[in-house]
Amino acid sequence: MSTILLLLITGVGLGALYFLVASGLSLIYGLMGVLNFAHGSFLTLAGFLGWEVGRRVSDGTWAGLLIGMLVGIATGAIAAAITELVFIRKLYNRHIEQVLVTVGLGLATVALFEGIWGSDPIRIAKPAWLGQTTNILGANIPNDRWLLIGCAALVLGLIVLFLKKTKYGLIIRAGVENRTMVTALGIDVRRAFTIVFAIGGAAAGLGGVLASVYYGQVAAHQGTSLLIYAFIVTVIGGLGSLSGAAIAAVLVAVIQQFANFYLGGTGDLAVVLALAAVLLVKPTGLLGKKTTH
Amino acid sequence: MSEQQQDTAVLSVRGLFASVAGQQVVEDVSFTVADTGVTALLGRNGVGKTSTIKALLGIIDRTGEITYRGSSIDKLPTHRVVQRGIGYVPEDREVFGSLTVEENLRLAILGDSGNRETVDRLFPELRQRAKQQAGTLSGGQQQMVALARVLMEQRGLLLVDEPTKGLAPRIVTEVTEALKAVAEKTPVLLVEQNLQVVRDLAHSVIVLSGGRVVHTGDAREFLDSDLVHRYLGVTAGKDDA
Repeated sequence: MSTILLLLITGVGLGALYFLVASGLSLIYGLMGVLNFAHGSFLTLAGFLGWEVGRRVSDGTWAGLLIGMLVGIATGAIAAAITELVFIRKLYNRHIEQVLVTVGLGLATVALFEGIWGSDPIRIAKPAWLGQTTNILGANIPNDRWLLIGCAALVLGLIVLFLKKTKYGLIIRAGVENRTMVTALGIDVRRAFTIVFAIGGAAAGLGGVLASVYYGQVAAHQGTSLLIYAFIVTVIGGLGSLSGAAIAAVLVAVIQQFANFYLGGTGDLAVVLALAAVLLVKPTGLLGKKTTH
Repeated sequence: MSEQQQDTAVLSVRGLFASVAGQQVVEDVSFTVADTGVTALLGRNGVGKTSTIKALLGIIDRTGEITYRGSSIDKLPTHRVVQRGIGYVPEDREVFGSLTVEENLRLAILGDSGNRETVDRLFPELRQRAKQQAGTLSGGQQQMVALARVLMEQRGLLLVDEPTKGLAPRIVTEVTEALKAVAEKTPVLLVEQNLQVVRDLAHSVIVLSGGRVVHTGDAREFLDSDLVHRYLGVTAGKDDA
């Protein structure tokens, strides 16, 4: 029982990390039809800058981590907004070029990060409590999972609030459904594009700092490895669906944890099989709808 | 195109070409839309009526001269064309199904408050359904939302594409009455297959065939002439294209 509980809660913790990366990917694809392969770079850059600033303020403390998270959020948002304005804006409706540019950007930035911080992972210090465990019904749950779950829930709540309560949220929800019609109502949808990129980048940036807490290290390839799972989550959840991404993130991570423990480390295989099953049964994903761009 | 026509025109189109995925769908189309009442854009299925409307708005690639109230709009992106005062009611309504009726209307407000009074007067039912998801409405109710949405802002011209398509006869009458009320204040370029609706609303017609304009003139004269058969494939006086 305690093993199942441990796998379940650690799975939800990992799912929280996947969600932070996948939420932006899903919104960006839903609104703009852009598959952003550079999204992982926002995460890595935020992880490195968050760690650099955080350790200079107060290494291994809550204050340092909090500052690092804020720096990560800002870094992700700015990097994403610049990427949209400079690289993506001229390439809407040119999907091949978008893929080439974002893949190229992803590869180039990893090389850049390796040039600056080296190719080996860098161990990071974190607040002592995050390295300890909390006993829940006999299961010793690593405390950093609570932080991940709390942050992801907060991000989900804030994004939902933004989408439901603001004019730009309304534009984004309408744009995910039918972008052409939004434009035909006299709305310059490009501003919404930049905002969505920035929101997605901010969530990925927070994910970058939290990933370094989760893995205990920052590395130039951290974003790339997480991006693969985030894409799987995005497709399973349904491209463009935020709640689909949240559900799929938890499902994927929990399946991964259970398969790794009970089926001899076959977590990645189980995730790919889950992806194939969803695509066969419901190609639009769990909560995805056909969109009109 | 005479000088007098040009003077009283809210919209003037000259040498309009448009293409979709590299295929020419509108060829060298020229016409004017009067600054009062309803002008109907007619033609058989597939002649390029909807494409013409989309080209005017810049939704599809186009070349040619488009002048709206004396200003050139042919180089403007869609949202700028609409911001100049041209409203668009698309074929098949295209309401945002996952948004509520109220959200559909709020989305269309570009300024501060929108033209709520006019919309409430023309479509009182929508007020009662404000919280309902637009995707769950009937076809007729969705058409009301599509019309109300475009009326949330003051418009200088409405482009209305097949507003009665697929609707029950009673709803067709309601939509026609609503359009008649709207057209008292705002000129309308109307694409419509139901010739009874055209007869009720339009004062002039522009007829397309093979992507080109083949006839322009008075609506009733056209509907009562043999040209209806030649260009629309129906007998004069039988109002069902």
